[in-house]
Amino acid sequence: MNRPDAIVIGCSMGGFNALKVLLGALDPRLPQVLLVCCHTAGNVEAMCELLASHSALPVIEARERGLASGNTVHIAPSGYHLLLEQDRHFALSADERVCSSRPSIDVLFKSAADVYHAALIGVVLTGANHDGADGLAQIRSRGGIAVIQTPTSAEAAAMPQAALDIAGTDYCLPLEQIAPLLNRLCLT
Amino acid sequence: MAAPLIAMPTPPPDTELEQLELDLFVQALKRRHGHDFSQYAPASLTRRVRQLVQDHRCGSISALTAQLLHEPDFVTKVVQGLSVPLSEMFRDPAVFRALREQVLPILASYPQINIWQAGCAQGQEAYSLAILLEEEGLYDRSHIFATDFNPDALQRAREGIYPVKDAQLWSRNYLQAGGNLSLASYYSARYDFIRLHDRLRRNITFANHNLVSDKVFCEAHLVLCRNVLIYFSNPLQNRTLTLFRDSLVRGGYLCLGLRETLDFAPVAVDFTAVDAKLRLYRRSSQPSSGSHDESA
Repeated sequence: MNRPDAIVIGCSMGGFNALKVLLGALDPRLPQVLLVCCHTAGNVEAMCELLASHSALPVIEARERGLASGNTVHIAPSGYHLLLEQDRHFALSADERVCSSRPSIDVLFKSAADVYHAALIGVVLTGANHDGADGLAQIRSRGGIAVIQTPTSAEAAAMPQAALDIAGTDYCLPLEQIAPLLNRLCLT
Repeated sequence: MAAPLIAMPTPPPDTELEQLELDLFVQALKRRHGHDFSQYAPASLTRRVRQLVQDHRCGSISALTAQLLHEPDFVTKVVQGLSVPLSEMFRDPAVFRALREQVLPILASYPQINIWQAGCAQGQEAYSLAILLEEEGLYDRSHIFATDFNPDALQRAREGIYPVKDAQLWSRNYLQAGGNLSLASYYSARYDFIRLHDRLRRNITFANHNLVSDKVFCEAHLVLCRNVLIYFSNPLQNRTLTLFRDSLVRGGYLCLGLRETLDFAPVAVDFTAVDAKLRLYRRSSQPSSGSHDESA
């Protein structure tokens, strides 16, 4: 199997705490592009700062037209859908909400699947709606890898459960075991 | 910036096929109906076209293209699906507060104030501006040119009728934007709709203008174009910003969407940030590059 180029992570209710745990345990050498869509991020700037203090990787807000650089965590800005162009620069959209959300995890996942094809890992964490399930199915259909937090270990089970039901998964793990898995998949 | 560490994988065949279908769709729309989306940024355009395929149960982009070519009225629906999405009144209240408190007092020194709101969709922001101007006592010597390329949206904008369920959020926005009254004093509610008062429309011209192909048409003191350029490729973004620069008086204001960036537009040198966070700029008083469109 080829080494993935990117990891996309989606979370909603309880997402901030989950991201602290996950990002905090990622290997600082990861060369991949990391993209995060978190519904509950009202003030993304503050959230990036807080998460950066827990993470060995830089955590920044994804900038319109900016490059999706590797070895960096990019967080979707609030109020816009985050997409990627084929040249791996970011694009924003103010189109209608998807699953009552903007940014929507489905939108980010599908767009990333268009760009990275099989070289992509999609991760669905805690959340209280079903956003991300269709996007994860799209990632899998392109040959990418799906990782879902076990619903019982999630602060809100609905989102990981919906992802399991609709997309199925390659890995279903408690939160603490997800970062070690990503490190392994991404560095070896 | 570092090059990708790993070579781009060859796109699977279905992706290449979709790309071909998309190119043909864009060509059909341009050659048959005169709407040019070839310089739109691909990611969002692709998403909207897929949405059209799904909404109209076409099965494929090619089938959508066939319908576009053979059914005369279908283009209206396609244009609707590819247009500027709905906005809110006083969306991002801090921006409208800054317009009220920082920009309008400066514009008040002009005998006549022209405002161009580009990409007005269904008019929510144009009416928000009208309310600001009214409350600051400037509306009688102001004119708002609210433009869009979508005739259907313009018609709705002229009517000023919106779902009542939106009014609650808009009222909150209005107050956060420094409104002195209640938004309800500007509309009548009936059944499930609100209708903005006719008098708000008295100095607004809703007009068809396409940022892709049309030119300067007024001398503006303020250009408001929020969350429209995010859908444009870098060259089209620069062309449009050049159009705004050439429309603005020296020292005139430009207001963009909260997450838009000028970093990839060469014409940005002709603008100075007034409030970078709120994406509020002024046209610099001295020209630093040619004063005519050199990019298209």
